Amino acid sequence: MEAAMGLMRRIHPKQSETALSALLSLLPHHSSDLLSQVDQPLQVLCDVDCGKEFILCEYNRDADSYRSPWSNKYHPPLEDAPYPSSELRKLEIEANEVFAIYRDQYYEGGISSVYLWEDDDSEGFVACFLIKKDGSKTGQGRRGYLQEGAWDAIHVIEVGPEDEGTAHYCLTSTVMLSLTTNDESSGTFSLSGSIRRQMNMDLAIADGHLCNMGRMIEEMEGKLRNSLDQVYFGKTKEMVCTLRPPAEVVMRLPNS
Amino acid sequence: MAEEEYPDVELSDKQKKEIAKWFLLNSPAGEIQYVAKDLRSVLNDERIYNEAAQEAFPLYNKSHIICLEFPDRSGDVLITSYNELDKNEYLDPRTAQVATVNHVKQVCTEVRPAADEELPSPYIEDFRCTLDAEILKYVGEAYPKGICSVYCVNGKDVEGPGSNFELVVVISAVKNSPKNFCNGSWRSVWNIEFKDDMQMLAIRGKIQVDAHYFEEGNVQLDAKNECRDETMFQESYSNLPDTTFKDLRRKLPVTRTLFPWHNTLQFSLTRDIQKELGIGK
Repeated sequence: MEAAMGLMRRIHPKQSETALSALLSLLPHHSSDLLSQVDQPLQVLCDVDCGKEFILCEYNRDADSYRSPWSNKYHPPLEDAPYPSSELRKLEIEANEVFAIYRDQYYEGGISSVYLWEDDDSEGFVACFLIKKDGSKTGQGRRGYLQEGAWDAIHVIEVGPEDEGTAHYCLTSTVMLSLTTNDESSGTFSLSGSIRRQMNMDLAIADGHLCNMGRMIEEMEGKLRNSLDQVYFGKTKEMVCTLRPPAEVVMRLPNS
Repeated sequence: MAEEEYPDVELSDKQKKEIAKWFLLNSPAGEIQYVAKDLRSVLNDERIYNEAAQEAFPLYNKSHIICLEFPDRSGDVLITSYNELDKNEYLDPRTAQVATVNHVKQVCTEVRPAADEELPSPYIEDFRCTLDAEILKYVGEAYPKGICSVYCVNGKDVEGPGSNFELVVVISAVKNSPKNFCNGSWRSVWNIEFKDDMQMLAIRGKIQVDAHYFEEGNVQLDAKNECRDETMFQESYSNLPDTTFKDLRRKLPVTRTLFPWHNTLQFSLTRDIQKELGIGK
C-alpha cells in the first residue's frame, strides 16, 4: 500500500485518474484505502430539484448515489440512505449558504458544497467543505490568462465534543491545482499538482461552529495559496534556472 | 457510507504487463528506478515485471535522452533514437565509439571503436565535428551540467556537395535532488536540414522541460516549445505572476478584508434584500 502511494506521488497529477484505476485493478483488496487516500479532481452533479450544482465526494456518497446539500436528496434516489440529524442539517444548510458567499468573494465564481455528518466514535461531528473552480478563459477565468485552469479544494474538519465552552477542531486540507498557458512565443506551459496540510485548534464555541470552521479554512486556504505560489512557481522555476540559467547566450552556427 | 464491493476481476498477464509498462513509461525524469521499486512491490510478480521492464526501459531512456558513463569513465554517451545502431548499441560520434548498454539497469556495459560504416563520411563528419565543437562551447557556457551531441540522421554517406543531409543537435541537462524532493530535466532537440548544396538551412527545435517537486504533495511542470529559432524560455515564468493565480483564487476578497464569518446574519439580511429587490444571481 505504501508502494502504491509512492507511485501516486510520482505519476504526473494529470494522469492520476488513470494511475488510480490501474492501482485499483492491481490491488482490489486495498480499494477502500486507495479511494480514501488518493485525491482525485472533484466531480459535479446537478440537483434536479433546484437546478443548482453540487460537488461529489466520499462524504455525501452512499452506494452509487450522492446527496445534494441543497435539497438533501440522493441522486439517483436511494432507499435506506443515511442522512444527517435535523439539527446537523440546519447547520449544514447555513454552512452551504455562507460558504457560497465566501466562495464568491474569493473565487469570483466556482461551485461549493458543504456536508456534515455525525461522528460515530466521538460525540462531535465531521464537516467537509468543497470548492471547485474552473479558471480557464472558456470557464470562469475573468482575466483570460489560462487556457486551462482548475482549483479543487477539499477541507475536512473533525469537530470534537464541547468541553467547557471549547471544542477541538482538526482540519485536513487538500488543494489540487492545474494550469496551462499556451501562446505563440512561449509554447505550452503546464503546471499541476496537489498539496495537503493539517491544522489543529481549540476554539471557544461562543461564536459558533461555523465561524470557527470558516476562519480556519480561510487561514488555511490563504497559506496554501501562498505555498502553492512558492512551490509551483518557486521550486519548479528554481529547477528550470538550475538546469539552464537565463543568461543571454547567442548561438552562432559555424560558417562552412 | 456503505462499503463498496469491488468484484475480484482477475487481470490477465498481458493486462498486468501493460499497466506495469504504463507506470514505467510515465515516470518523471530521473525517477524510473524509484517507480520500478514501488511497482515491483505492487505487482508482486517478477516475471511480468521483467517483461514490462524489457519493453519500457529502452523507450523511456530514449525519450528522456539519458546519459550513461563509459565503463572506464573516459566519457559518456547519450541514449536517443538518433544514434541508435541496434537496440542495445549507441554511437558516440565525438569519440567514434559504440557503447553497449543495459537499458533496465541504465548502465553502459562496454565500449568498442566504431566501424567505418557506422560513422559518417569524412565530408559529413567535417560539418558534424565543427558544429559539435560550437555546441560544446555553447552548452559549457549556458548549462551548468549539460551534455550534448550532434548526430547525422540522414545522408551520412554523402560524399560531396549537391546532396541533402540532416544533422540533429541534442542537449540534455538533468538535475536530480531526491533528498530535496525535487528533480528536473531539460531536453532540447534541434533538427538542421542542409538542403540544395547549402543554399538553404532549415532549423526546427523542440524544447521540453520537466520538473517534479514532491515534498508534502506532488507538483509537476511540463513545458514544451517548438520553434524555429532560439527563444527566451524563461519569459514564460515572468508572464505567470499573481494575476494568473487570481483567475483561480484571489488573495483577498474585493473588500480587501478577511471574510466576516461572525456576521452571517448581516449576509442573510443582505440576501433577503437582494431577493426582494430582484438583484443578485
